[in-house]
Amino acid sequence: MTSYFLKRVFYMALTLFGASILIFFLYALTPGDFVDTSPKLTAERKLELKAMYGLDKPVVERYFIWMKNALQGDFGYSLQYQQPVMSLLNDYIWNSFLLAITSTFFTWLIAISIGVLSAARQHSWFDALVTIGVFAAMSLPVFFVGLLFIKMFAVDAKLFPAGGMMTIGSKETGLAYAWDVVQHMFLPVTVLTLLSVGTLTRYFRTNMLEVIQQDFVRTARAKGLKEKVVLHKHALRNALLPAITLLGFELPALFGGAIITEKIFNWPGVGQLYMQAFSVRDYPLLMGFTMFLAILTVIGNLSADLLYRVADPRVRLK
Amino acid sequence: MASTVSEIAEVTRPEQVALRSSLWHEAFLRLKKKRLAMVGLVFLLVMAAVCFIGPFFSPYASGKINTAMINKPPSFSHWLGTDSLGRDILTRLMQAGRISLTVGIASMVLSVSIGALLGALAGFYRGWVDQVIMRVADVLMTIPGLPLLFIMGAVLSEWKIPTDYRIYIVMVMLSLIGWPGLARMVRSQMLTLRESEFMQAAEVLGLRDRRKLFFHLLPNLTPLLIVVATLNVGGAILSESVLSYFGLGVVPPTPTWGNMMDAANTLIDFQKRPWLWVPPGIAIFATVISINLLGDGLRDALDPKQKR
Repeated sequence: MTSYFLKRVFYMALTLFGASILIFFLYALTPGDFVDTSPKLTAERKLELKAMYGLDKPVVERYFIWMKNALQGDFGYSLQYQQPVMSLLNDYIWNSFLLAITSTFFTWLIAISIGVLSAARQHSWFDALVTIGVFAAMSLPVFFVGLLFIKMFAVDAKLFPAGGMMTIGSKETGLAYAWDVVQHMFLPVTVLTLLSVGTLTRYFRTNMLEVIQQDFVRTARAKGLKEKVVLHKHALRNALLPAITLLGFELPALFGGAIITEKIFNWPGVGQLYMQAFSVRDYPLLMGFTMFLAILTVIGNLSADLLYRVADPRVRLK
Repeated sequence: MASTVSEIAEVTRPEQVALRSSLWHEAFLRLKKKRLAMVGLVFLLVMAAVCFIGPFFSPYASGKINTAMINKPPSFSHWLGTDSLGRDILTRLMQAGRISLTVGIASMVLSVSIGALLGALAGFYRGWVDQVIMRVADVLMTIPGLPLLFIMGAVLSEWKIPTDYRIYIVMVMLSLIGWPGLARMVRSQMLTLRESEFMQAAEVLGLRDRRKLFFHLLPNLTPLLIVVATLNVGGAILSESVLSYFGLGVVPPTPTWGNMMDAANTLIDFQKRPWLWVPPGIAIFATVISINLLGDGLRDALDPKQKR
């Protein structure tokens, strides 16, 4: 177990090293930077600024400087916001997390209940309807659904605000503030839930169908237990078990921000921050955030494997 | 020795051909029974036919700017209305479909070829070949696809690539994102296959590596590759539309479903002229869902043992 863990950590470090090279050079080799694109600056001022930000040094040297700082948890200074990248991410990430955790909660709730129901009634019309719904959810172009929802529910029906996190200029506090945020969350959370619920429902349905066929379920039925008890107590627990690994894979999604959804709904999260940084070529912020995503992915994958072992001792890790 | 081998080969060949064709035939029969998959297939064929042939029957195919007909809602002469330059939306939708479908299919062909080849090499040779290929795949899979695509799209814009070429580079970008997952899958299949008995037979026959790879190992993966390839087209179309919507993929004047939806970025078009951006969105959705239905049906038809 220890040697497995050490090997994994070594590969993680190697992968992240590769990712850092890729990320850095993709950005560094892009012509034009924050200083160049700013129209207001004179030529001398530009040179001065470049020297200040270290943009005048050779690319390879810049990589090692960036890397050295990154290892100490310092991803540099955002050029646009004039703030350390880490503190900027810290400011925005919790808004993203709020959105992601809410939609994850609803996704799992809906996916488990529908998945179990449709597995229990395999080949019924309900099951067929669920199957079509699952495919529809898997095929939705996220930006189109977002736009359509804004058009239908915010612009035409005026049921919900079109974007942002709170009403502009509102000075509400306490419960009124929370209610305001909830109203603004409704549409983006719905879109995010709709997008991920398809795959997960399918996953639970398949798991459930597999478990139902196993011997212990037959035993439970033979004992004369009610079908409800068999399904919800005996089968469901075993169908949920493998899903624990999914928690690991969810990690980047929870903190990484839903880039497109946040952009469309103007939600002040890291995804929105990222898209803004794109338009002004704020490279330290872009590199820092992309690297942050890569780290989350790697940690998520490792914890998925470890969780799988915890959930199912039959699994041997090599 | 050599003559015996060729004799054996000659004797067995007719039988093999018959067997193979009947397997494909059986798979097709199974597919035909999947109603949803057939709906998807028929819809895709119709969609492709409309996009590729439709513009020839349209009086507006030249895409000429018509200042008298700007932003008109759907009518009898323009079934889906006109855009800000007075061009017919329906005609543009079909022309955009050509590009979107082509980009989807071309990037699928690229990513499946790269993924299958590299995965096969990694699984077959193992050792340092495996290490190098799979570590590169790991790195590419570590950075989530969308940010990576955005970065590459931004780099493209900075390099001022001529708009005509961008469509090809977008294909390459999409396949770059697509191959690592497939390579991993092919590699793991390869690791099992190479230990199987027919590979021992191939070893005894003294076949060259190239022959083993392309005539004995990869054909075993054809069903898997067909399924993955089908589903990949859907993914590629979705990614292309997102990229183009944000102006980082294929850019105007080349129309794609994604960049047609750019109209939604203007407040007045978004609120008052839904005919500009709703049809391409529906086209993307309908195409991708058909592809997913077909891919799922293919999975069941080609490999009945596999769990869904």
